[in-house]
Amino acid sequence: MQTVQPRSLSLRLPRVRPGGVLPILAILAVLLVLVGIRQPDFLAPPSLMSFLGRSAPIILLAAGQYFVIVSGEFDLSVGSLVTAQVVVAARLIDSDPARTWPVVLLLLAFGALVGLVNGLITTRLRVPSFITTLGMFLILVGAVYLWSDGAPKGGLSEEFRRFGRRAFEDVPVLGRVPFALVVLVVVAVAAVLLMRSDFGRTLVAVGDNPRTAELSGVRVWRTRTFAFILSGLAAAVAAILLGGYSGVSFQAGAGLEFGAITAVVLGGVALGGGRGAVVGAMLGALTLELLFALMNFYGVSGALRSTVQGAIILLAVAVSATRSSSR
Amino acid sequence: MSALSLLPARRSVPGVFVALTLTLTIGWLVVLLDGGQLFNQSTTVSLLHVAAGLGLVAVGQTLVILGGSLDLSVAYVISLSTLVAAETMNGSDGAVLPAIGLVLVVSAGVGLLNGLLVTRFRVNAFIATLGVGLLLKGYLDNGYDGPAGTTAPSLVQALGYQRVGPVPVSFLLLIAVTAAAWFALSRTRFGHHLVAVGGDPEVARLSGVRNDRVLVTAHVLCSMCAGLAGIYLASRLGSGAPRVGTEGLYDLESIAAVVIGGTALAGGRGGVVGTVGGVLLLASIDAIFNQLEVDAFFKQVIRGVIIIAAVAVYARRAMRKAA
Repeated sequence: MQTVQPRSLSLRLPRVRPGGVLPILAILAVLLVLVGIRQPDFLAPPSLMSFLGRSAPIILLAAGQYFVIVSGEFDLSVGSLVTAQVVVAARLIDSDPARTWPVVLLLLAFGALVGLVNGLITTRLRVPSFITTLGMFLILVGAVYLWSDGAPKGGLSEEFRRFGRRAFEDVPVLGRVPFALVVLVVVAVAAVLLMRSDFGRTLVAVGDNPRTAELSGVRVWRTRTFAFILSGLAAAVAAILLGGYSGVSFQAGAGLEFGAITAVVLGGVALGGGRGAVVGAMLGALTLELLFALMNFYGVSGALRSTVQGAIILLAVAVSATRSSSR
Repeated sequence: MSALSLLPARRSVPGVFVALTLTLTIGWLVVLLDGGQLFNQSTTVSLLHVAAGLGLVAVGQTLVILGGSLDLSVAYVISLSTLVAAETMNGSDGAVLPAIGLVLVVSAGVGLLNGLLVTRFRVNAFIATLGVGLLLKGYLDNGYDGPAGTTAPSLVQALGYQRVGPVPVSFLLLIAVTAAAWFALSRTRFGHHLVAVGGDPEVARLSGVRNDRVLVTAHVLCSMCAGLAGIYLASRLGSGAPRVGTEGLYDLESIAAVVIGGTALAGGRGGVVGTVGGVLLLASIDAIFNQLEVDAFFKQVIRGVIIIAAVAVYARRAMRKAA
C-alpha cells in the first residue's frame, strides 16, 4: 500500500512550479543583445510592439499546449484546428460585417468542442492523446477541405480582421499597441492566475503522477479534459488573430502544433507532464519568434529556418537534460 | 520477462486481422452492390503497392516504438532517400548498387543521430526526432524546389512495377523485411532485449541489458527501413521527390499503423506482424474508398475516425484484461 502518498503531493508542488524559467530568460536576453547589435531599430518601442503583436498567435498556442503537456498529454490537432477555424470564419462571415461577433463566439465554441472531444476520447476511451489528436488532425483537415470543395470560400470582414491587424494608435511611450498584444497580455495574465489557482496545482499534480493524484481524490479525467478544452480555446483565439493578420488559406495553421510543442519544451516544460511554468512556455514561443527575426536580419535563407530551429531545440533540450540528470 | 511481454503480442495479432477480414468482406460486398469489383487485378495491385511503401516505414517504426521510443523524422528520411537514390543513379543502371548502399548509409547515419540524442543526451524521443526531422527539412527546403535526379530504369522496372502474379516485387520486399524483423524480435537476443527495454527500462538495465546500445540499434534499423521505403518510392516515381515523405504523412501514418497493429505506444508490447496487419487495414480502406469513388477529403475524415476507433477498441480490451 505504498501507492497512497497524499503528503508527497502537497510537498512537491511548491518546488515544481517555478521550474526552469531562468534558462529561457537567459537565451532570450542573448538573442535580444544579438538583435540589438545587428538591428538596433528593432528594439525601438513601435517595432518591438508590432513584433509582439505578430508573435501573439504562436505564444497563445504555446500557452494552450502547455496546459495539455503539463497534464501529461499532447495536442497535435491545434495546427489543423487553426486552419479549420480560419476557413470556417471566412465562409460563415462571407464579408458581411454584421456576422463578425456571432462567428467569433461560434469559433470559440468550436475550439472548446474540439478540445472536449479530444479530451473525452483520450481520458474516457483511453486512446493515447498522440493518436487521438492525430486522428482529429486528419478529420479536421479532411472536413475543412470537404466543406469548401478544395478552395477557401467567402472572406473575412474588416471588423474581424482588426483583431489581428489594427492597433491602439498614439499610445504614450509605446507609440502603437496592436490589439493582438492586448489580447495576448489578457490571456497571459489569465493563464498565470489559472496556474496559481487550485486547478493549476491539480493540473501539474495530474501530470506529475496521475495515480497519486487519482488516489488523493482528483478526478484526473476531468482535469485533463479541461486542459484539452483550454488548448482548443487558445487555438480559436490564435486563429482569430492569425486570420486577421495574414488572411485565409489552407496553410494558415500548418505545422503550428510542432511549433507550439517546440516552444513549450524550449521553455523548460517537461514532456510527459508535471514540470514547468506557463510563463516559460510563452517565453519559449517568444524566443523562437525572435530567433526567426534574427535569422532574417542576418540574411539566412527562409528555407534554412527549420534547420536552425531543429538545431536550437536539440541543443537547448540536450543541455537542460544533461544538467538535470547530473544533478 | 521477455517471454511474458511477448504473450500479449501473440494475442493481439489476430485482432487486427479480424478487423482486416471484416473490412475486406464488408468492402467487397459494398463495392459489389455499387457495381464494381474489389478484388480485380488492378485494385489488388495498387492496394499492395500502397501497403509496401507504408509497410516498410511502419515495420521500422515498430522497432523503435517497441523499445519505448518514437521516430518522427522518417518522413524526411524518406524524402532525402529518394533524392540520394535518384541523384546517385542519375538514370544509369550501373549505379544502382552504389546508390542503394549510399541511401542505407545516409539513413543509418540519421538513425544513429536519433539514437544518440535519445540515449546519450537523454532528449525526449519526440523532440529529438522532431528536431532531426527539422534539420533535414531545412536542408531539403533550401536545396530543392521540385523533383531531382532520375532513378535507374532497371530499378524502376524491377522494384517499381514488376510483379509476381498480382503481387508486386515491392510487397515481397516488405514481406522479407517483416520476416527479418520478426525473426530479430522473437528469436534473437537483440529482440528480447528491445522488448525488455520498452517494457521497463530500469528492470532491463538491472538485468544486464545495455539499454542505450539496444535503442540506438533500433533507431538505426528504423531509419534504414525508411531509407528502403525511399528507394521504393524513387523507383515508383522515377526521380527524387523532396516532399514525398511529408505529403504522404508517412511519419504519422506509420505510427498509426503500428498502434492499430496492437503495439503499445508506450513500448514493450506488440510486434511487426500486427503492424503489417495495420498497414493492410489502412491500405484496404483506401482501396475500398477508391473503388467507391469516395471524395478524397471525406476519405481522410473517415481515416481519422478509424484510427481513433481502432485504438479505442484495443484500449478497451486492455482495460478489461487488467480489471
